[in-house]
Amino acid sequence: MNETTVKITAAPHVRSPESTTRIMWSVVLSLVPVIAASIFFFGPSAVLVLGASTAGCLLTERLFGTRRDSIADGSAVITGLLLGMCLPAGIPLWMAFLGGVFGVAFGKLIFGGLGQNVFNPALLGRAFLQAAFPVAITTWPVRGENWWALAGDNFALPFMTPTVMDAMTGATPLGILKFSDDPVVTPVLNLILGSTGGSLGETSAGLILAGGIYLAIRGHLNWHIPVSILLSVFVFSGIFYALGLSPFSPWFMLFSGGLMLGAWYMATDMVTSPVTNRGCWVFGAGIGLLVVIIRIWGGLPEGVMYAILLMNALVPFINRATQPRKFGSVRRAAETEE
Amino acid sequence: MSGRLPSFRNGVHPPEHKELTSGIPSRRLPFPDEIILPLSQHIGRPAEALVKPGDRVERGDVIAKATGLISSRVHTSAAGTVKSIEQWPHPSGTMQPSVRIEVDPHSTQLQRPRLVPHWDEVPAEQLSEEISKAGIVGLGGAAFPSHVKMRPPEDQPVDVLIVNGSECEPYLTSDHRTMLEQPEYVHQGIRIVLRALGIERAVIGIELNKPDAIEVMRKTAPTDLDVSVQPLKVKYPQGAEKMLIKTVTGREVPSGKLPSAVGALVQNVATTASIARVFDTGEPLIERIMTVSGRGVKQPGNWLIPFGTKLRDVIDACGGMTGDIAEIVFGGPMMGQSQASLDVPVLKATGGILLLSRDECKRQDILPCIRCGKCIDACPVYLNPQLMGALARVERFEEMSKNNLGDCMLCGCCSFVCPSNIPLSQLFAMSKMQLSRMKAA
Repeated sequence: MNETTVKITAAPHVRSPESTTRIMWSVVLSLVPVIAASIFFFGPSAVLVLGASTAGCLLTERLFGTRRDSIADGSAVITGLLLGMCLPAGIPLWMAFLGGVFGVAFGKLIFGGLGQNVFNPALLGRAFLQAAFPVAITTWPVRGENWWALAGDNFALPFMTPTVMDAMTGATPLGILKFSDDPVVTPVLNLILGSTGGSLGETSAGLILAGGIYLAIRGHLNWHIPVSILLSVFVFSGIFYALGLSPFSPWFMLFSGGLMLGAWYMATDMVTSPVTNRGCWVFGAGIGLLVVIIRIWGGLPEGVMYAILLMNALVPFINRATQPRKFGSVRRAAETEE
Repeated sequence: MSGRLPSFRNGVHPPEHKELTSGIPSRRLPFPDEIILPLSQHIGRPAEALVKPGDRVERGDVIAKATGLISSRVHTSAAGTVKSIEQWPHPSGTMQPSVRIEVDPHSTQLQRPRLVPHWDEVPAEQLSEEISKAGIVGLGGAAFPSHVKMRPPEDQPVDVLIVNGSECEPYLTSDHRTMLEQPEYVHQGIRIVLRALGIERAVIGIELNKPDAIEVMRKTAPTDLDVSVQPLKVKYPQGAEKMLIKTVTGREVPSGKLPSAVGALVQNVATTASIARVFDTGEPLIERIMTVSGRGVKQPGNWLIPFGTKLRDVIDACGGMTGDIAEIVFGGPMMGQSQASLDVPVLKATGGILLLSRDECKRQDILPCIRCGKCIDACPVYLNPQLMGALARVERFEEMSKNNLGDCMLCGCCSFVCPSNIPLSQLFAMSKMQLSRMKAA
């Protein structure tokens, strides 16, 4: 018999074809229709903002990443795209870029890179932008006649006041209903289709739902989380609506603002969500309740970001409290225990 | 056959690949020129050699005796002359004292006649003694001496015998072929074990991917005993003792306890068949059906192979290796052991020999844990491999023990599903070793 080289490995000798890299890139893939919709609604500005936030993430990952070629795992691309999705189309690009840098550097790498972070990096990047540039991040452009026109002063220089064109700004459906002197309820169908004001990826609830369901079927996101968030939002907002405490109907709550994007793409970030399914129910229910509370009584029109970040912080505790039970610890175990 | 079948929670679905060999009837492998019989082929203390170099042995002769309560005799599977007793490569990856026998090329290889009492005429207690004398161990993979299992503690009466025909490891078809080719032996063995235990109920669990075996076992079942066939969902590790008991009886064996704690006893179909053979022909456990499979071997098949045959001889008889062979495994792909030498002998516990091609056992790079929780959803004994993997990496073994590391049976489900390819079960195997070393110190 000729000399043959075989490898010696520990069992199991076969592995599922699933890989972290594949999960990450299929999340990116599922975002393509949402990206296309945002380009359709907001014109070239959408491309610019998504590009700037993603570039910020990739550059930071490349420069400070903990592993070689850590860009290839796709997680930085997801952070960039998701961050861009929750920014208004007219935001100056340098801010979007900075948000990406902050999100990856302080939301992920400072904890040790992929898998180590506590908070969702994209949301942390957005929270940073919200705190640093409260005006720019809440200036919602209204689509003009010309698709090619930029949605705002995208090319404003760093630390210069962007020129805001009054005629071109509007408010989000949540903002209109909550803060306007003349509250108007946007029809739910418009919310699902996306023909409303809002952040790039917030406006097309239908496509986000489709992408999320695709990922859930592929097993690339844990469906317990979005289902639990949406159920919780529906139930709590229904209660408050019925009691006359809230102007938002449960259906309006479900499809407005960043809830769909948050529930399907932000909260489901595997790294920053609980590891057990029971934990995911708790996590989602908490997010839903916080969203409803912030939307009704908070000082901001939208509360998805803070709701998720707050629950992210609780994940270690949720994990500890929802460990799987020990095999054989019920039924006849009691009789046979010494 | 569908509807809601009982099952256990979690588990995984690796590709089965059983079609490579499931339709191939077993054939006898030619006797090799030399056999190697390690004194340790079972769980428990190694046997003690009774022969010395130069001794002439006949097929079926005892060459090593059991030492202590949990141990097993070793018989020679071929007639010949003892060459030496020396350290030899063992499938476990270690060197073990082994009896080397030069096989007599002129022998008819008929077994030396051996007197065995009629199974129905001796007191029930004597049955387990005869089983012990025949060197029978569990053929499901663990090789636990069968006679020990058959004497459950006095305060834990067994009420059901569960016969394991699930064969949940991918590729392996030896139990499948045993059920198809020797259904009478399987049933006769069940009858004997039931008598030894003094009970009347047995359930044979068979995964749905073996419909022909389910049918044959049903057709040949005795009418005077309560022996039924339970079809099982195809899911790994259905054949693990605790999972099978849970599926068939709904009872969970408590952590650290024996199956008798919930009134059950599990025997593999190949084990009951070999028990029946002991009382039929007097033949001790000296050979068994093994599956030789994988894309790395030219002629996959099922073979009746005498224990002690070297891997090299088995591969030669199966047409040799293909060019893209990447790994050789004894057992199934989920729990089997990689082999580093072609000189290792096949043993009582060797249900399969897999020659895997590069494509079949590809591995990707290890990435950081992303806490996806897939391992938790896969673990059949409800552990948290994610947490334990993190603890293993920082060597906090005591803490792993508190998180029920002891319940881990190294089934490999967590490693199988991990998208970051973290070698979780390997970490757990090493942690278990560290813990027992710490305890010994």
